[in-house]
This record gives sequence, structure tokens and C-alpha cells, in this order.
Amino acid sequence: MITKRIIPCLDVRDGRVVKGVNFASLRDVSSPVELAEFYSSSGADELVFYDITASSDGRRLFADILRETASRVFIPLTVGGGIREVEDFDRVLKCGADKVSVNSGAITNPDIIPRAAEKYGSQCVVLSVDIKRVDGSFHVFKNGGRIDTGLEAIEWIRRGVENGAGEIVVNSIDTDGVGGGFDIEMLRAVCDAVKVPVIASGGAGCTEDFIKLFKEVPDVDAGLAATVFHFGQIKIPELKRVLRAEGIDMRL
Amino acid sequence: MLVVIDYGVGNLFSLCRSLEAIGESPVVTGDAAEIARADRIILPGVGAFGDAAAILRNTGLDKVVKERAAAGVPLMGICLGMQLLFDKGYEFGEHDGLGLIHGKVVTLNGYIPKEQKIPQMGWNALHFPSPEKKAACPVFADTREGEYVYFVHSYYASECEADTVAVCDCGGVPVTAAVAHKNVVGCQFHPEKSSDAGLAMLKGFCRGEFKGE
Repeated sequence: MITKRIIPCLDVRDGRVVKGVNFASLRDVSSPVELAEFYSSSGADELVFYDITASSDGRRLFADILRETASRVFIPLTVGGGIREVEDFDRVLKCGADKVSVNSGAITNPDIIPRAAEKYGSQCVVLSVDIKRVDGSFHVFKNGGRIDTGLEAIEWIRRGVENGAGEIVVNSIDTDGVGGGFDIEMLRAVCDAVKVPVIASGGAGCTEDFIKLFKEVPDVDAGLAATVFHFGQIKIPELKRVLRAEGIDMRL
Repeated sequence: MLVVIDYGVGNLFSLCRSLEAIGESPVVTGDAAEIARADRIILPGVGAFGDAAAILRNTGLDKVVKERAAAGVPLMGICLGMQLLFDKGYEFGEHDGLGLIHGKVVTLNGYIPKEQKIPQMGWNALHFPSPEKKAACPVFADTREGEYVYFVHSYYASECEADTVAVCDCGGVPVTAAVAHKNVVGCQFHPEKSSDAGLAMLKGFCRGEFKGE
């Protein structure tokens, strides 16, 4: 059986890994290449790199980092951040990315998903969505979770899949950075709506959160986290052993 | 000389870097004359069967690949490259493949249980139904039963039991993961994305001795 995946996420700015808590107050953590190698050798199933650089210098640095990582780490690499045009897909795929994750770019330029899916295949197109509850319904937020687009999230995701997105990253702003567990209710709603793989993001604080995620949302495919892995609060090999002992399919 | 065939289908960055990581110096080319001089050939590929098969035909690369394979040069197809080794593919119509492995490539839809997601995307365990077939293929010399590798595909090779070396389980049904016929090997999964297990397979392909060579 296809295993559930454990995915560390590396936010990269100016060539260094940082992680925001509730999308603010960034803390420098480590070198992306070294961290990627460390995660790969400790059993991470995939890596996500988010380029949170604004400047073109930073973007060039990111390309170098990506190329170096993809030359040393042989597990799937997903890249996101600053993906606005189909040409941006080309830019990161050439540096060794396997999948490209689009977030705000799909809101300002909805054509990007069908066009990229046609050119590179759906398996390459990941729709990443920042979601927050507003008056009892799920809203899509953009620009790093700062702006409410007013879009209803489930409908937005359903449309994204129809247009060719091959995977969905659900990032709950409500649970992100809090460490109180994944957003089970939100993830269930997304898994019920689409048949493509769904990655849970936002809220992992301890091993039990991952057990709860995979047991209470059996259709979810992967758990993604940053802080708890970067600071060693959760060690991936140990996490995967525990999950397998709990009857969850894991690559060991 | 190890050649990775470049025919404009898919991204060769990771494959080349992984080959370099095991000490190889792959030559990436779409030039038939150069491919004809290779002593190991890798046929990669991501995308749709029909388009890729047409490119191989229109560039004449199909002929050189078939000719070298018949001459005993080890040939490895990866993902779509593996599917192209077969007689026929049924992705958006019926298309001829290279005919180096008997069987056909058909959709997973309707074959695997419907609660299984398509594409099959992620890590799955390899099972080797026949120890003899595994032992006969140098690619898997250092691969253990149950080893995990990375898959991304919506179509699979069927009616190829005679040449099937490894399968994976998809909701209770076996899906062809690797095939081999003498010096021709195909992997549905991506060894270049399968961590150390995948690198060991690439090494097995590049350094191993193939019967029929």
C-alpha cells in the first residue's frame, strides 16, 4: 500500500531556513542543504521548500540552494513561494524540483493551474491553500495568510482539482504555529471534497497529533510540519516507528 | 559510456544528479549516433504515452533503441520510459510502443479499488514474486523484499507476467512495478527519487552484468 508521508517544510529566505510562528516573527534555523540532507537520511518521505524571498537576489540564492539540494537529496522535492506564472514552474523544475506548489498565484492568475497541468502534468501541480474560519465558514487567505480573499475554501479546492491540480496542501491558519494539533475538521471537509492526495499542514505539536491526524482523517495522505522537526521536538525516525506501531502504513 | 536519452519528455536533472552521486558520468543526448555508441542506455520520461512514442518514432530514436537492445546493450526504462518498452499503450487512444517487453499499458482506473487515489503517488513497497527472476536481474542485487520506492503514475503495465520482476500492492491488487527481459529492464517507480534504495538500483544497472549482453 502507498504509505502515509511525513514531510518537513523548509521556509527559505536569502538562502537560510526560517520558520514563522503564525506567519510572523521569523527565526533563523539552519542551512537548507544541510537540513535537507539530514531529513532525507532520517526518513523524511518528501521535502517542501518555500521561497519566502522578496528580492531578485534572494530568488537567485534560492535557485542555487535548490540546485545544490536536488543534487544531494534523492527524495521528492516540492517547491513553492513566488509562483505566479507558468514560467515560474519552468524556473524551479530546471533546478530539480519535482512538484511546484501554487498559492496566492492561483488566486491572482487562475489560468496558471490548467496551463501548468497541461504543460507539466497534474502530478507536478500542487495547490496550496491557506484557510481560516470566518463567520463559521472556511475562507481562502492570500499573501502569507494576511488577506481574506472571501473565497469559500472547499469550492476553491474543488475547482482547483477540476482545473488540474494533482495534490492539495491544506494549511490551517487557525491551528498553525499553535502546536495544538492538526485541523481535523477542516481536513475532513477537504478530503471529502476531492480525490487527489491531501497534505495536512499547520498545528503539529507532538507525536500524538500525527496519530490523531491519520486515524481521524484516514483519507489524508501526508502530515507536514516545520518547527517541531527543526527544533527536534519530534524526531522523524521515532515518529514513523510509533505511527507504524499504531497500524499506520509508514516507510521505515 | 552511459547515455540518458533526451527526447524532450520530462525533467532529467534529478536522474543525472543521482547517476553522478553513484560515480557515473551520464551523457544526456538525443543524438542517434551517440546513443548507438552507448554501452548502457536509460530511457526516462514523464507525460503521456502517445506523445512520447510519437517523438521517439519521428526522431528515429525508436530504431536505435530497439537495435541496441537487440544487440544486448543494457537498457533501462524509467516511469513512462518503462511503459514505452511495451507493445502497446492505451492512454488517450491506442499507441504502439517499442515492443521490447510483451504486454500493454492501461489505466489504473477500474483496476485498483475505487477508494485508491489515482495517480498512485507516493512510497510503496516492492514485492518480488519470484526469487529466480529477482536474482537474474542485477538492478535488484542489493534490494530487499519490501523495500520502499517512489511512484507517480496513472497507468500500469498488464499482461506481462512472464517478465514481471516486482509488483506493489494497491488496495489489495498487484500493480507491475518492475519488468526485465534479458538486458532490458523497466521500473514504473523513480529510482532517482527513491533515496538510497533507488541509488543502489541505478548502481546495479550501471555496474551489473546482464545475461544476453
